Amino acid sequence: MLNEQEQQLVGVFQNGFPLTEHPFHAMGQAIGLNEQQVLDGLHALQEKGIIKRIGVVVHHHELGYRANAMVVWDVPDESVREIGARIKQFDFVSLCYLRRRCLPAWPYNLYCMIHGRERNETLERAERLTVGCGLTPYKREVLFSRRRFKQCGARYFQGSRNEALGT
Amino acid sequence: MRSLETRPSVDLQLSPLEFKLLNDFQHDFPLHPRPYLTLAKTLGISEAEVLERLRTLQAAGLISRVGVVLQPRKVGISTLAAMQVPPERLEEVAALVSNFHEVNHNYEREHAFNLWFVLTAADATRLAEVIAAIESNTGLQVCSMPMEEDFHIDLGFRIHG
Repeated sequence: MLNEQEQQLVGVFQNGFPLTEHPFHAMGQAIGLNEQQVLDGLHALQEKGIIKRIGVVVHHHELGYRANAMVVWDVPDESVREIGARIKQFDFVSLCYLRRRCLPAWPYNLYCMIHGRERNETLERAERLTVGCGLTPYKREVLFSRRRFKQCGARYFQGSRNEALGT
Repeated sequence: MRSLETRPSVDLQLSPLEFKLLNDFQHDFPLHPRPYLTLAKTLGISEAEVLERLRTLQAAGLISRVGVVLQPRKVGISTLAAMQVPPERLEEVAALVSNFHEVNHNYEREHAFNLWFVLTAADATRLAEVIAAIESNTGLQVCSMPMEEDFHIDLGFRIHG
């Protein structure tokens, strides 16, 4: 788990870097660190595997990918890891997770987010993924996204909320 | 809360520069005192122009943020939750759910399970409290599907031009 300084850093990062000439200096000021301490903290979090990536985070929908779907399968536990590893090769998949089932109501354990410009493209991609990864035998559902009520970066720690982001 | 259905459907015309800003810097953002200057040099434009373009793209909603994406299970605890909400109650329940600071994604999906949201908290106790509060405030069951493994290491999204 994170030490106190790392928690503060994650807290100040979770709303994004300021779009100013010295963003790390600006973020450090908020939590009493200098620029170099912030940069060192970022490096340390990367090395610990806590940061997945650093960069521009886009909104798919606004980029014209309007037919986005969560596709789920019920895959036997003994095969799911092998199949999950194959999904990486499909670049229209942005996320792929193994999740615990919520039985009896929800039997699915493999989850992908698939993005397309229109429904048929997304459905065709779901099909290609299903065939290409050997998922044909398993029960599947495609859940298209409708309204987005809320979307923002994960906020694990209180005290740095920025409701103004509002995305 | 906002509904994307009501947004105008514009044909997206990205300039080559906008495309590069959106596509080329999703990873390996320079950890340097003036990172936007580094981007500017790569693109052959000024730092001020990089900042201006990024602000514009963010204001247009194309960019969520420039920043870090965390490895979900390494910090705190999170889960994906789903509810079967009667259609006439969807807006009310969605607003109640979004109101929790611990909820960072909240979507309507086409399914009997029509409300899906991601919950993140510093610990399991707080996560359970939020789920219990949503259930007692709505009288509806919350299904929780915590992540067991992340197969897709790379969350970047390649934009097809």
